[in-house]
Order: sequence, then structure tokens, then C-alpha cells
Amino acid sequence: MIEFLFAPLEYSFMLRALVGSALVGVMCPLVGAYVVTRSLAFIGDALAHAVLPGMVLGFMVGINPTLAAVPTGVSVAMLVRFLSRRAGLSADTTIGILFAAMFALGLMMMSMVDTITIDVEDLLLGQILAISPAGIYISLAITGLVILGLFLFHHWLMFTSFDPVGSQVIGRRTHVVDYVLLALLALVIVIGIQAAGVVLVMAMLVIPAATAYLLAGRFVSIMLTAAALGMAASVTGLYLSFHFNLPAGPAMTLVATGIFLLVASFRRRVLA
Amino acid sequence: MSHIPYCNDASMSLQDVTVELDGYMALSNVTFDVDAGTLMGVVGPNGAGKSTLFNAIAGLLPVRQGSVTLNRVDPRRGELAYVPQRDSVNWRFPVNVMDVVMMGRCCRLGWLRRPGRKDRELVKTCLCRVGLWDQRTAPMTELSGGQRQRVFVARALAQEASVLLLDEAFSGVDAGAREILVEVLQALRDEGRIVLLSTHDLNNLSRRFDQVLCLNRHVCACGAPSQVLTPEVMKELYGFQFSMNGEG
Repeated sequence: MIEFLFAPLEYSFMLRALVGSALVGVMCPLVGAYVVTRSLAFIGDALAHAVLPGMVLGFMVGINPTLAAVPTGVSVAMLVRFLSRRAGLSADTTIGILFAAMFALGLMMMSMVDTITIDVEDLLLGQILAISPAGIYISLAITGLVILGLFLFHHWLMFTSFDPVGSQVIGRRTHVVDYVLLALLALVIVIGIQAAGVVLVMAMLVIPAATAYLLAGRFVSIMLTAAALGMAASVTGLYLSFHFNLPAGPAMTLVATGIFLLVASFRRRVLA
Repeated sequence: MSHIPYCNDASMSLQDVTVELDGYMALSNVTFDVDAGTLMGVVGPNGAGKSTLFNAIAGLLPVRQGSVTLNRVDPRRGELAYVPQRDSVNWRFPVNVMDVVMMGRCCRLGWLRRPGRKDRELVKTCLCRVGLWDQRTAPMTELSGGQRQRVFVARALAQEASVLLLDEAFSGVDAGAREILVEVLQALRDEGRIVLLSTHDLNNLSRRFDQVLCLNRHVCACGAPSQVLTPEVMKELYGFQFSMNGEG
């Protein structure tokens, strides 16, 4: 058992991967608690796909793709809210349009680049074992930003999540709060993509938070439980990946899903 | 126990308020005044514009013509509280009674300040006021319809609101709980607050409310229940004539 736990730590890439997966495991579920309780899963998935052009652009101009994904993710998140309000379309419709368009743009850009090699599988499924020191620093900086945002806006986020109409009467701040939440979502997705890729980041965003939703009562407890479950799933997935030569992103996803299925088999949340 | 701050001489005036929704007139030339210390019932059939009226007063819908004047009431400071219909609330979001009432302090806290001892004391006072302090840790989903309405009223008090708008507050609330809610609202009225409550329940209107606004996209009648609850007004509201038991 000791060998199982400590053998991977002899490799510096595994140490980085461990820090990276722990950050993903904690941060995605913290914001994921809002995703689950506000039914934002579709926008989470869409944002994960929509950052693809930013990452490809990063490869093209020689910037760290994670860093390049940040403005893309935040801009698309703002655009979803803005277009929905401006055009009077439902958020789902706007998300559907932007999600498809941005993903298509990313794929188009990839097909146009022939001077550098972009591993499509790494982008789509993540490659936490290849995370660079710069990737870790960027993830740490984003983590700090997201925690600050969640702390500062906690009460307003709770109010607008529970009673959007009642909170809107008090001021026009609800729009600001919605934009902030979408920006935080975009930021954790950028961290998550490194570990789980564009396709599976959704898993870290939703599954630990959904599991915590079945286990805990109050919202803050759900956030903390989700973060603990997310970290357990991501670190366990990473170890399984190392010892059994499995892809890390899918291993993390399946561990998180296993925990969810176990909990869902004996817990059910009663709604009003 | 801490004092609940509010303004006891607020007033409200609507002049020729017209609201258009998706190309049709949801409200036409609505004019009425409400003084401090008034408990007003807003009645009318489905689609009469009761929620639209509340949304217009709360600033959630633009007024195409006319004006809504709130004297000594600043909605941005929480002095106007809106208790929405049950369907507008995200019941999937897990909060308990105390959390909801503390939300009323948001506008006073601003972005950076966290709730302090005074905020917690005020929340306690507000919950005691509506008789729900013992339920403070209960999840909202475990409360009855009437208790939920009282939690929202407590939140309005925590907001330091002097005007309360309650949309379909009796919906899903049993008869006993309605009476408790009315008693709480009457006490707030007695302190000088303005309370507007829309309802489909036409029983005991004259006992419950000081004034009744009969709305069917326009004001059919507005005034003391004994003056407005006439067979003619009921016919204009609901399309057929019937007498109000124990009213008028």
C-alpha cells in the first residue's frame, strides 16, 4: 500500500500531476455546486467546448494554451448572457449556437495549422501527466481568483440562485452576479480542461457536486463535500492511471461516477 | 431584541400606468394611491395583470406610459420587498430558514462586508416576529406553504422594507395558515407599512383588507371592500354576477 502511494511521487511529472488534479478536484466541484443547483450543466458543457479556439490560438502563437483559454472562456460566458438578454432568446438556445460555433471554429483553426502538431486527443481528453510548471502556476492563480470571487459574492450568489426575482427587485446587481458566476465557471473549466480535457471536464464539474447534493443539507456543506469528493476522485483516478497505465481523465471520471452511483443507490433528495 | 428599522410614512401612487407585454396591453391606465399603514388586496381573474402590476411597481417591467411614484421608498436599499409566486423560486437550491432571512441583509451589506452580530440579531428579531424562530434551521423545502410565506415576510422585514408586495401569497396555503399570515400582515400594516397582496381567494376580503383593488387589465374598482365588492364589479371582473357571502 505504501509502495502504491509513494512510488509515483518519485517522478516530478507525477508530483505536478498530483497538484494539478487536486486543484481540479477541488475547484470544479466548488463552482459545480452552483451548476447543479441552478441547472447550468448545459452551459458548463458548452463553455468547455467553446474554449477550444483559444487553446488552439495559444498553440499557434506560442502562448500557454491554458492561459489563452482564459479570455476565450470568460468572453463566451459573457456573450451567452448578453446575447440571451439582447435577442430575447432562451439561454439554452444561445448556448447551443455559441457552443457549436466556437467548437467548429476551434476545429477549423486546428485544420489550418500545419506548422505545429496539436494532439487532438490531449485537447479533448486532457493530459494531466504532461502538465507543465507554468500550467500549475496558472491553475494556482486561477484558483486564488475563483476562491476570492466565491467568497466576495457568496451572499449575492445565494440570493440570486434561490430567488432570482426577489433579488432583482433590490437592485440591478443580479445581472452582475450572473456574469460573475459565468466568469467563475469559465475559469474553473480552464483548470479542469488540463486534467480532463474539453469533453470530460463536465464530469468534474457536475458529478462530485451532484453526489454532495445527495449527501449534504445546506449549500455551503454541499460545496465543501463536493470539493472533498472531487479531490478524492481526481487523486484516486490519477493513481489508478499511473499504476494500471490508464488515461487519467477517464479514470477520474469513472471514479467520480462510481462514488455517485454508490451514494445514489441509498440516498435520495426530497424536493418541494 | 433588536429594533427592526423601516419608514412608517411611505406612500405609493400610480398614475395612468400602462404596461405592454409581447404586443398586448397587460395593463391600461391603472391609477390608484396607497397611503402608509394600508393592507390592500388585489383581486382579479387569471391574466388580469396582478403579477404584471407588481412587477411594474417593483421596477421589473418597464412602464410604457404613466408613472409609479414611491415616496420615501428606495427599492435599491431594500425598502420595497417582493415576495414572488412559488414557481419563481428555485426550490432545488438548498437553503434553510435562517439563510433566506439573511438574504434580506444583502442590500445593506454591499459586496465586501460579511453579516455581523447586528445582522444576526435583526434576523432573529424578524423570525420571532413571524413566529418562526424555532424553525430557523429547517430547510425551506420542509416548511408548509404558509410557513414559507412567513419566512419571505421575515426576509422583507430584514430588508427594512416599508412596502411589501406578495404575489399569490395564499396559493397552496391552507385556511388556518392564511389566517396566521393575515394576522402577521395586519400587524405590519398597523406599524405603518404598506402591504399589497394579490389573491384569487375572495373569502373574507372585507375582514382581511383595508382596501381592495379589483383589476382586470384596468382598474374596475378600488377602495374600501364594502364599497367595491358589488355584484356589478364582480361581473366586470369575472364575467358573471354573483354575491359575496359576508361581504359588502
